[in-house]
Amino acid sequence: MRRASLVVALAFGAATLAALGLFVVYIAGGQPQVEGALLFVALAGIGAGLMVWATRLMTGIGQITQSRRHAQPPEEKEAAAEAMAGGVEEMSRRRLLYRLLLGAAGALGLAAIFPIRSLGRAPGASLFRTEWRPGLRLVDVDGNLVTRNTLEVDSFTTVFPEDAVGSGDSQAVLIRVQSGSLQLPLDRLAVAPDGYVAYSKICTHAGCAVGLYLARVHQLRCPCHQSTFDVLNGAQPVYGPAARALPQLPIEIDPDGTMRALGDFTAPVGPSFWDLPP
Amino acid sequence: MIVRRWVDGVDERLDGSSFISRNLRKVFPDHWAFMLGEIALYSFLLLVLTGTFLSFFYLASDEPVTYTGPYQPLQGQTVSSAYDSVMRLSFEVRAGLVMRQIHHWAALVFMGAVIAHIIRVFFTGAFRKPREISWLIGIGLFLSGIGAGFSGYSLPDDALSGAGLRIAYSIILSIPFVGAWVAYLFFGGEFPGPDILNRLLVLHIFIIPVVIFTLLGAHLAVVWHQTHTQFRASGRTEETVTGTPVWPKFALKSIGLAFTTFGVIALLGGLFQVNPIWLYGPFVPYSTASPSQPDYYIGWLEGLLRLWPNWEFHVFGHTVGELLLPGLVVPGLVFTILALWPFLEARASGDYEWHHFAQHPREAPVRSGFGAAGVTFFVVLVLAGGNDVVAKFLGIEVDSFNTVLRWTLVLGPVLSGVVTYWICRDLRDRRRHPLSAPLRVAFRRNAAGGFEEIESEPPVAGREVEEPDRT
Repeated sequence: MRRASLVVALAFGAATLAALGLFVVYIAGGQPQVEGALLFVALAGIGAGLMVWATRLMTGIGQITQSRRHAQPPEEKEAAAEAMAGGVEEMSRRRLLYRLLLGAAGALGLAAIFPIRSLGRAPGASLFRTEWRPGLRLVDVDGNLVTRNTLEVDSFTTVFPEDAVGSGDSQAVLIRVQSGSLQLPLDRLAVAPDGYVAYSKICTHAGCAVGLYLARVHQLRCPCHQSTFDVLNGAQPVYGPAARALPQLPIEIDPDGTMRALGDFTAPVGPSFWDLPP
Repeated sequence: MIVRRWVDGVDERLDGSSFISRNLRKVFPDHWAFMLGEIALYSFLLLVLTGTFLSFFYLASDEPVTYTGPYQPLQGQTVSSAYDSVMRLSFEVRAGLVMRQIHHWAALVFMGAVIAHIIRVFFTGAFRKPREISWLIGIGLFLSGIGAGFSGYSLPDDALSGAGLRIAYSIILSIPFVGAWVAYLFFGGEFPGPDILNRLLVLHIFIIPVVIFTLLGAHLAVVWHQTHTQFRASGRTEETVTGTPVWPKFALKSIGLAFTTFGVIALLGGLFQVNPIWLYGPFVPYSTASPSQPDYYIGWLEGLLRLWPNWEFHVFGHTVGELLLPGLVVPGLVFTILALWPFLEARASGDYEWHHFAQHPREAPVRSGFGAAGVTFFVVLVLAGGNDVVAKFLGIEVDSFNTVLRWTLVLGPVLSGVVTYWICRDLRDRRRHPLSAPLRVAFRRNAAGGFEEIESEPPVAGREVEEPDRT
């Protein structure tokens, strides 16, 4: 008992000192680690003191047994059911009024849905297209023109249309591989000149930016769920949870070395959605 | 004395004397496992306190600004106003960083306590009639907690939370018929969406806290009204509850626990860095933080996405994407089964009686088997949610680790469920406490010169029938 009250006193004393210490730390400009430690002593000191007080010093209060509440006697239950059902019957007796009320409430509920429409714009065709148009030049994240000389073989960079730098849905990866190593259908090989090939950077699984290029095996990998795409073979998924290939961006190289898009991606970019055709 | 005058005043105005004395003398049983729910409650209080402070500094705006604060690596970079405001809070507001980290740690502790509490209630059968309502409210709190956590850690608009939002948007997009509409209405348009930060803020600091407050209040009121379950012990009956009166002993202990919880979380917040958004950098749609892991209570959902095969279906010229099943259907099923468990169990066992005694896990082997299977499922998925980090730690390829995880996800729950069932059944049949002393077996020499075991009563299961009273 004696020792317990000493412990409680010490705990409260330490808490007081720590709280005063917080004062000092705050005035001195603050320091997260010291603040955390002092808060711990101040708060846990009060907490520990209270718990020791309750468990060690309140020995006079023992265990008590009380009865639990029980179900109400049957006649009480009966009366409650009667009161509830009686009210419902009272209302449904006037069947027409009852139905009109339901109708009015339903109509009001419907009317309440309309403001939800104001929350955002209609999807329309926006999931099917991006900012890429024929003739737009490719630029990097800083808006600098990307040219034939920007990339070494087996390296890659993120590109945007020149008028939409940083755009969410138009981001693409431009990869330079050994010329002649791409295994694409002829029409798509024609828009990947000299070993330069561009794919949408949005993972077709959950939409993360496909930011890892494994140059040795020519694979793009998404850091979120490890979907992996074969760069040489049309960015077909070869591992992980993605089911669709990354859409390709058709490009050409001007005589002066700058690169241009020949149009939008070969398919809608990003994760699947209901209206996406098979 | 002032207290007596106060009670007198209340009684004269509200006729409250009997109410006060009845509730102050109300008996609360004592068991260490009851702490779990209390820790959840107190971490939520701490969340509200620290969160209010944070909300005075946060700006829900994606307006680009140039960062000019004291954190040098980011100086001169274009960041959103939201990110800038959290950076300012972390580096320039005095005591801002410690508050932010305490807030984040409190959320981690809150969800941990909620999960541990659910597990405790499950394995002891404390959800049985008449306590199904508390169970349902508890599952509602778990769901709200996930929503609160996600909407909260998405607010700083950093690279990590941006990836989380992108995935959430993509999951919504996968809903048949209405996915695109729902995603556009929620985000205000195509990802990243102009309004999302503002909406997350309203969800995080108004709608979800109101829901949690309401559910917590209802949970406490129902528990107060119905009393706690207790383990069987000598002198205890279904009709009575044994423990210490609320005032002052139980109250002091519980308030003591509250302050200790605050203190421990404050220590975590002060000493252990959490969600360092300056290391992740601001969110830009064309870059993903790697590795990127959500907080663990969402990690299991992320794990589902990582392990699920790349199944895509086509229905009448439409597409059902890879995310629908692991992102919505499976979690929906998990929560439905969890919520309906008390009713499913009552139906399967035909037991619709009231139960005020909690059970030991060994008393209900089937339930314990299912519980162990569920916990295994959860743990494997949390590991899968960090498969790249865990694989790197173990020094193995992510791809081979995934194969192991997939098999473990299917076989692990079955195995742990069967083994748990078997152990529980064995313990129940032998009527032994698992931690009691080993059986002593006596042999004697028989007339033929061989040995035979002396038949003995099963040991008196002292620990089993008597939970020691702790006064």
